[in-house]
Amino acid sequence: MVVAFFLLPMARLIVTGASGPSGIAAYAAILVEPRYRATLINTVVLATATTAAALVVSTIAALFLQRHRFPGRSLLIALLTFPLALPGVVIGFLIILLAGRQGLIGDVTAFAFGEKWVFAYSMQGLFLGYLYFSIPRVILTVMAAVEKLDPALEEAARTLGAQPWAVHRDVILPALMPAFIASGAIAFATAMGAFGTAFTLATNVNVLPMLIYTEFTLSANIAMAAALSVGLGLVTWAALALARSAGGTVAAAG
Amino acid sequence: MTEMRRPLGPIIRRPHVLRARLLFAAQLVFTLLLAAFLIVPAGLSMLAGVTENYFIGVRSGLTLRWLAQVWELYADTILRSFVIAIATLVVTIVIGLPAAYALHRRGDRVARLVEEIITLPLAIPGLAIALALLLSYGNFSDFRRSWLFILVGHVIFTLPFMVRSIMAVLAAVNINLLDEGAASLGASPWQRFRDVIVPNVKPGLLAGSLMVVTLSLGEFNLTWMLHTPLTKTLPVGLADSYASMRLEVASAYTLVFFIMIIPLLVAMQFMAGRGGLTGGRR
Repeated sequence: MVVAFFLLPMARLIVTGASGPSGIAAYAAILVEPRYRATLINTVVLATATTAAALVVSTIAALFLQRHRFPGRSLLIALLTFPLALPGVVIGFLIILLAGRQGLIGDVTAFAFGEKWVFAYSMQGLFLGYLYFSIPRVILTVMAAVEKLDPALEEAARTLGAQPWAVHRDVILPALMPAFIASGAIAFATAMGAFGTAFTLATNVNVLPMLIYTEFTLSANIAMAAALSVGLGLVTWAALALARSAGGTVAAAG
Repeated sequence: MTEMRRPLGPIIRRPHVLRARLLFAAQLVFTLLLAAFLIVPAGLSMLAGVTENYFIGVRSGLTLRWLAQVWELYADTILRSFVIAIATLVVTIVIGLPAAYALHRRGDRVARLVEEIITLPLAIPGLAIALALLLSYGNFSDFRRSWLFILVGHVIFTLPFMVRSIMAVLAAVNINLLDEGAASLGASPWQRFRDVIVPNVKPGLLAGSLMVVTLSLGEFNLTWMLHTPLTKTLPVGLADSYASMRLEVASAYTLVFFIMIIPLLVAMQFMAGRGGLTGGRR
């Protein structure tokens, strides 16, 4: 079953990628041809920015949620992790409601600054959407890592006179590094391959999954679409292999 | 609050307490804002789905009109999504349960390789898997046109979650010992499977099932490539409505999706809270 419906098709995909007019060079074209390269760079920059932002905000929240017990804490955790299984298309639509023409941000900024901010269909909108689905994935992994931190190390640093900032920089953040690598790689892979969110929002922005889609459907350039998706698959696979070697287990669905 | 445990005198403790409180408040506000970023748009979309005219706002009145219109336009996609999700669940259990058991029993290098292959679709974007399926089976036109084509995609995408979820439980309960105990008491393989294995893997099976149904109901990346005009699923219809319908209809449609998916998400959270036996912390 798995062989017939997964392995064989994947092999076929790899072969097709090299079967176009330019043959195996189609794979090189991803890096050489300006249009493909620009899209690739765009996508990598966007995914990197998403990953960095998700790591920062999620770590602040995760540290806070694991160190304090207060009423409503578990509800807050539930709210922060609920988008984990939301499809990308829906997330795209939520960003439209937030930053589109009739969006909340537009209304608020129109009221506050007299100027309506509408950016759902731009790189910023895409970034916001990617951030939306990255936060739950990162928060779960980082929270689990914070829970396993040895409080004795932190206390030792404190009793030795380290300032809170120094404790964070020299003790806590290094100890969380494996979790950062694991969840960061997962967030990066998910952002690279995100199709649903891009499909709703990326009308003016070029990202790799959209390029594959348009090559396949509009230009009927099947060989190039196959080569591009093999390239994309390799990138996400490598990122997730990195995540796994750092102990991450949250899968990159969506 | 390690602050409280500091073995320091009361003289220098007071400013620390104040600072700790301020820090607590700042972090709480930050975390609440983050949660708001995730929840507010979802709330907005639900509200917009029952608002007469979203441009004017809630004061234009609430209505179920848009929901009725969604049902009229998209009922078939909603039903089809349910059918595909249930079929995906059945197939993933039928394949996944024996596969997980066999992989766990063997536990050697071959088993690990097979496990790698089964979980590989997690690491590859749905778009690439869909293209691969289209290139390989797109010419079998009857198959291509039926919803079974989508089912195949969904099974490939969700099977890893089922297998992992069951394997996590198998590893936790030391199933080999129980199994051997039953075998030494004379139980046949089928009896052991039915009376020892299945009851013991139930939590994993349940967690995996919730995940599979949730993912199948919301799957878009593969389905968008695999669908035909006659085999649209709910997320495909959603994408359609986002592109071509007025905001209220798109929101009402999204509301229907939320109504379907939220009980599943809550059940998953509940299961995770009771011991987290989901396939590797999802």
